[in-house]
Amino acid sequence: MTPLNPRYRERLLALVILALVLFCPPVLLIIDRLPSSNIGWLPGYLFGAWTVIIGLTAWLMEHPKRR
Amino acid sequence: MRTDVLLLGAVFGYLGLLFLVAAWGDRRAEQGRSIIGSPTVYALSIAVYCTAWTFYGSVGRAAQFGPSFLLIYLGPTVAMLLSPFIIRKMVRIAARQRITSIADFISARYGKSTGLGALVALISLITITPYIALQLKAITVSHAVLISYPQSAESILYNERFWMDRSLWVALVLAVFIILFGTRYLDASERHEGMVAAIALESLVKLVAFLAVGIFVVFSLFEGPGALFAQVAETPALSKLMHLESVPGGVTGWVGMFILAFLAFLTLPRQFQVLVVENVDEQHLARASWLFPLYLLLINLFVIPIALAGLLLDAGDPDSFVLILPLSAGLEGLPLLVFIGGLSAATGMVIVETIALSTMVSNQLVMPLLLRFKKLHVGSTGELAHWLLRIRRVAIVLILLLGYLYHALIGDTYSLVTIGLVSFVGAAQFAPALLIGLYWRGATQRGAMVGLIAGFLTWGYTLLLPGFAQSGWLDTALLTDGPWGVSWLTPYALLGLDGWDIYSHSLLWSMLINASLLVGISLFTRPTPLEQTQAALFTEALHPNLPTTALQRGQTTQGALHELLVRYLGLNAAQRVFKKHSNHFELDQQDRPASDDLIMRAEQALAGSLGNASARVLINSVVRGEALDIESLLSMLDTTTQTLEYNRRLKQKSDELARIGNDLQSANNRLRELDRLKDEFVAMVSHELRTPLTSIRAFAEILASQPGIAEPKRQHFLSVMVLESQRLSRLIDEILDLAQLESGRMSLHAMPLDLAALADHSVETVARLHEDRNIRLDVSIDERPAQVVGDADRLEQIILNLLDNASKFANPTDPRILLRLYKKEQHVYLCVEDNGVGIAENARELVFEKFHQLQANDQLTSQRPKGSGLGLPISRAIATHLGGKLWVEDPQVLKGACFILELPEASID
Repeated sequence: MTPLNPRYRERLLALVILALVLFCPPVLLIIDRLPSSNIGWLPGYLFGAWTVIIGLTAWLMEHPKRR
Repeated sequence: MRTDVLLLGAVFGYLGLLFLVAAWGDRRAEQGRSIIGSPTVYALSIAVYCTAWTFYGSVGRAAQFGPSFLLIYLGPTVAMLLSPFIIRKMVRIAARQRITSIADFISARYGKSTGLGALVALISLITITPYIALQLKAITVSHAVLISYPQSAESILYNERFWMDRSLWVALVLAVFIILFGTRYLDASERHEGMVAAIALESLVKLVAFLAVGIFVVFSLFEGPGALFAQVAETPALSKLMHLESVPGGVTGWVGMFILAFLAFLTLPRQFQVLVVENVDEQHLARASWLFPLYLLLINLFVIPIALAGLLLDAGDPDSFVLILPLSAGLEGLPLLVFIGGLSAATGMVIVETIALSTMVSNQLVMPLLLRFKKLHVGSTGELAHWLLRIRRVAIVLILLLGYLYHALIGDTYSLVTIGLVSFVGAAQFAPALLIGLYWRGATQRGAMVGLIAGFLTWGYTLLLPGFAQSGWLDTALLTDGPWGVSWLTPYALLGLDGWDIYSHSLLWSMLINASLLVGISLFTRPTPLEQTQAALFTEALHPNLPTTALQRGQTTQGALHELLVRYLGLNAAQRVFKKHSNHFELDQQDRPASDDLIMRAEQALAGSLGNASARVLINSVVRGEALDIESLLSMLDTTTQTLEYNRRLKQKSDELARIGNDLQSANNRLRELDRLKDEFVAMVSHELRTPLTSIRAFAEILASQPGIAEPKRQHFLSVMVLESQRLSRLIDEILDLAQLESGRMSLHAMPLDLAALADHSVETVARLHEDRNIRLDVSIDERPAQVVGDADRLEQIILNLLDNASKFANPTDPRILLRLYKKEQHVYLCVEDNGVGIAENARELVFEKFHQLQANDQLTSQRPKGSGLGLPISRAIATHLGGKLWVEDPQVLKGACFILELPEASID
């Protein structure tokens, strides 16, 4: 029932913005156009960015001083 | 080996396992030892999001549209990341208001509106039933592939009669399962613990199955991902597949799908069921917010390799790659595991979705109709409760049959294949009413209603209708030329907006129309008091001081309320409500007025079973003079905000006061200490003054009383009197000096002088005296001249005082004193050492206190050393006045006391 800790709120919002930046076109277009001899960098990048976001969320959510 | 018998055995064996797990879960729940009270189980149950459409369809989508399938999972990742802001609020509201479904939630938000609840239930039914059909189709197709391989599955699919279709039987078994574990209690807001446990298990099974087939394809069919991708790179047609250009609609398609997945994740009825209704503990969200995205990542990890491998090997229908690839390698066990994985994905979705839909149908569609028939109001005890359960069970069977018929009759048409995303856009229509209503108090029921209808119609026109056209039921000219040849009405390119993928296009128009009508109409309609109350309770749900007391003021008797509860919920439930409230309901309390709290409890109990809208209708039927206390609620919320602010300021002030109090306290302590020191000082001064005064007085009295005293004796007395008078005046001089120094009134005549010369002079002054007492005084002056700024008289006073002290404390048998003068780092140091017993480390500061006199070692001398005890304090005060220091240090040469005077060096100019 306790309200969110302001610092936690700010970090969470920053993380959401990071996720949006990583998963949306401007960055994706850059990654997509990187030269590659294989299937392209996009799938690898998406899974990598996804892992980073999940890791950061886990760190933030499991932080004991969250609230 | 892949006989039908074996397959059927596996299928029904697996379903049997689900029954066991669910029964076990329910048993444990009854014993109060819940197995779903864990965040991990919660996260796994949310994974019901991954249906057969994920299990088989992701690979199909990846094979066709490249990385776009990932968006379906990135949207929920962001939604879970935002869960502390959105889902947490929904969970808290649902727990407080005993919400039973998303239809109930939206209806409750907009004044417990019956119409809105029915609308949401109806839209859900229309958009989601085909989605259930899709799951059954997946079971049928995967079964056919397994049985007929290496022949095409089509022959079986076409030749089979529908009662031979395995998915019909699966649907019937599921109906039994759902009736058993989904409708055990009337109270739909009670958790279906057994069902959730079974769903969590299903999530594990499908994950393991998918990972198994992925590992097999990558590491057994190919030699690791490197080898696979290298082969792909050699195939020009495939090497472009995993780029953005394969995504339908390009960049806009990408963003549109992202938003769509985000919204649908929050509004799909089954997701609402597991996320909100089945949530046991709000805290579980923290773990689920990263564990569920991790699950999504894992189950998608091998989608791209499997799709590429299937395309490389030309393995037929991409939707069946996960089955065909292990089959083509001649395996027997793995295809079966994959089939079970797909089965678990499909059944999990069907179970949860059917429970959610059947609750909506019974509470939002049938119940309000039943309540209109007055006849039912006079039913006998608890009859309606049984009615309601029966309705729910019938609804379950009907929904499943409807889904099956949909699949059996129009299963192969275009409209079913694409129904997954079509359903997503349909469910997303709830998002404006849900999300805007969660944060904006001004959203009204009429706005939500009109927005929802318009959004739904737009969805029907831009997605459903074209689907029918592509299935051949409508003229395809609709898609190319628009209705009646009006080109700007073309469903896939409304107002000429083409080049978009159809889902983003539909989402854009429907959301735009839906949300703007909701906002626009809300701005021009007036909400009822009940709407205002509910709006405040929803938007302020996370407010720390949200009132939990009853907000309605109405009158009824306990008897009437009891009767109502008994009639609709049964005697036991009625007793529970009264028991929680106070004591058991007694017949003699019949006519007592029911308290507001009791009325609220009764309404909550009814809402948990019948939905909020029906509960309100029922309560209104017995409670008279309802006066909703919206004013006090709003002012309470506003004043609590103000109070919080006041509290914050008050706390600030009190902190400040506490700090000032502490400062005062320590200042007071310091004053007391000074007062005590002053008293001590006065006592000591009086004592020091009295000693010489007493002897002067004694001798003077002797001289006065005995005039004939002998001359030599008289002379002796007089000389003592003179000496004592001198000592007295010296003492008084010193006290005056000290007082002046301490008050800062002493004027020192500072001027440049040579400290070395001054030291020489002082040594000369005491030389005679020392010679008399056999004291050896060594002088070592390194620097000449040692220029400092100071008052010559006062500095000499210090040196003499130090030399005098040294002579007193030097070793009595072989007294030695050393005076050194040296320069170091822009300072001049004058050091006086003796060879006495020295000063203990802890007494080195005490010697500078007024009247402090070292108690000389008892063995050496038992008498008090001569002197007033003011010399050193005065010396230190003078040194400080001249910008220098005076302190005691470790002896360096003579092993006795060592005093050092430090003065800043003055430049020669």
